[in-house]
Amino acid sequence: MRIAVCVKQIPDPAAPYELDPETHFVVRPEDQVLDDTDRYGVEVALQLAEAAGDDASVTLVSMSPSGSLQGIRQALAMGADKAVIVDDASLRGADALTTSRVIAAAIGREGYDVVVAGTESTDGYTGVVPQQIAEVLGAPSLTFARKVEAVDGKIRIERQTQAGYDVVEAAPPVLLTVTSGAVEPRYPTFKGIMQAKQKPIDTLTCTDLGVTADNQQVITSVDPVPARQAGEIVEDEGEGHLRIVAMLEEAKVI
Amino acid sequence: MSKQPARARKVDARDFLGLDAKLSPEERLIRDTVRSFVADRVLPEVAEWFEAGTFPKEMAKEMGALGLLGMHLEGYGCAGTNAVSYGLACTELEAGDSSARSFVSVQGSLVMFPILTYGSDAQKQEWLPAMARGDAIGCFGLTEPDSGSDPASMRTAAKRDGDDWVLNGSKMWITNGGIADVAVVWAQTDDGIRGFIVPTTTKGFTAHDIHKKLSMRASITSELVFDDVRLPADAVLPGVRGLRGPLSCLTEARFGILFGVVGAARACYEAALDYAVTRDQFGGPIGRFQLTQRKLVDMLIGVNHGALLALHLGRMKDEGTLEPAQVSFGKLDNVRMALGVAREARSILGANGITLEYPVIRHMNNLESVYTLEGTNEIHTLVLGQAITGLNAFT
Repeated sequence: MRIAVCVKQIPDPAAPYELDPETHFVVRPEDQVLDDTDRYGVEVALQLAEAAGDDASVTLVSMSPSGSLQGIRQALAMGADKAVIVDDASLRGADALTTSRVIAAAIGREGYDVVVAGTESTDGYTGVVPQQIAEVLGAPSLTFARKVEAVDGKIRIERQTQAGYDVVEAAPPVLLTVTSGAVEPRYPTFKGIMQAKQKPIDTLTCTDLGVTADNQQVITSVDPVPARQAGEIVEDEGEGHLRIVAMLEEAKVI
Repeated sequence: MSKQPARARKVDARDFLGLDAKLSPEERLIRDTVRSFVADRVLPEVAEWFEAGTFPKEMAKEMGALGLLGMHLEGYGCAGTNAVSYGLACTELEAGDSSARSFVSVQGSLVMFPILTYGSDAQKQEWLPAMARGDAIGCFGLTEPDSGSDPASMRTAAKRDGDDWVLNGSKMWITNGGIADVAVVWAQTDDGIRGFIVPTTTKGFTAHDIHKKLSMRASITSELVFDDVRLPADAVLPGVRGLRGPLSCLTEARFGILFGVVGAARACYEAALDYAVTRDQFGGPIGRFQLTQRKLVDMLIGVNHGALLALHLGRMKDEGTLEPAQVSFGKLDNVRMALGVAREARSILGANGITLEYPVIRHMNNLESVYTLEGTNEIHTLVLGQAITGLNAFT
């Protein structure tokens, strides 16, 4: 079983993000970290590979300025076998559709049975890239998996819904997205960290993949989030709870 | 996309001198992994372990799975990292609690290291892979009730009886003694001091845990008693004779300590910094007072000096140029620094500083032990005095 995992290196979320004043793109430092939500996808991929046996492989696929590759190495140290990075100046600030086409091309070039992705990135938050990759690849997508297993040659998931979950399945080739909390991601082991140095990392350009970044969306302006308004303090003189219930109803949360 | 220059960073209160940039990607990943492990597995529970006076034995296997046990040793299931990575792991463990670092120091530096360095191939095969996994726990028997800084005065002795050895005596203040599967015991023989591998199930071996400690409470500390413990001829470590054996182990362990205590100090400094900017008195945070800022800055400088010193000595160890006296320098100064930082932090936290709700008093009490163990502050002072004058003040 050939498993591709979509991973993304992002600026450390612990530090405030900076936007380029002209392009409005996030300024990406040399050192980027693995998007925390991707650790779940990597873990699911590793579990599927372990269940499938020795000839299974896990390949990380990422599109970003490669930088120090710190985030990719973290995912390799968890146990992935190799990584494919698409690093091309023309992709700076690529929109979701371009990103999807590029990543789909990279996955298609490698060959795959299963593609695993998180639900959305923590820096971009578009939440549409995995489904678009599936569309470009022509593969079914099983999304929002809270549980994943390989059964009788198919991938079966529990798909998280508002009311509970649906059980859905599809035969490979298939793409699935994994919710945070679906699995407990393993720590990279020290042996894994030492071995990650030797694992292959292929760097590709758009030319290698035969794709171009045309018709990109442009960010015309960026506005800061409005400052939070001060809350209202309810003085309780015996009927405070009624006021609170009324406020919650106004806010349509009950 | 072309590489962009690293983002201009403002000064970081938690990495003031930007030491992160001096670490390799692997070193940072190991450091961050241990930091996550400590945040997930040690910090949520360590105050309870400390209060109850226990260390959960199952931690051994979790630490083994991560690769912490004997991480800087090569082969036999060990990860084979460099010395700086081992040091950084110690820093993160001790930022949790000295007991976690101590567990790893004893297992890796005091038990696995001598077996790897002085043991026979059969001894290595028998013990190292199991110890690296955490399936077997080790302890190190050198100190005795009446033999501390002067280990040559030890009374524990092993006598030949046919091909066998018969071991008698006792050892004191032995970390992990009561939970160990194997002890490396140093004893007098007709051939000088020798090291013995003693499975704790051997007849005549008993361990008594030491209670009523007010320091290192999340660590098991025991007395070992050997009453005619009969050992086969191949229980002795063949590769070393004399005090050089145990002293070389202690140098290894001190290396872990000089990194480790930087973590304890950092935890105290960060707790004090967080407290100082959130605790209001006289209409504002106490961190605005000059007296508090002076304390915080002294702590900041101490922690960063200690981290710089540790990293420097770590690089020397990886280059193979580190001398034992330089390890003494690091152990002496960094533990002294850490204890000072912990006490200063306690004063910033006021009454809250004495509760287990905050990490400070736990670290402060632990550091009182670390100040004394693996060579007291006084002994390391004399080691340094001898190193620079050529004059021996011990005798």
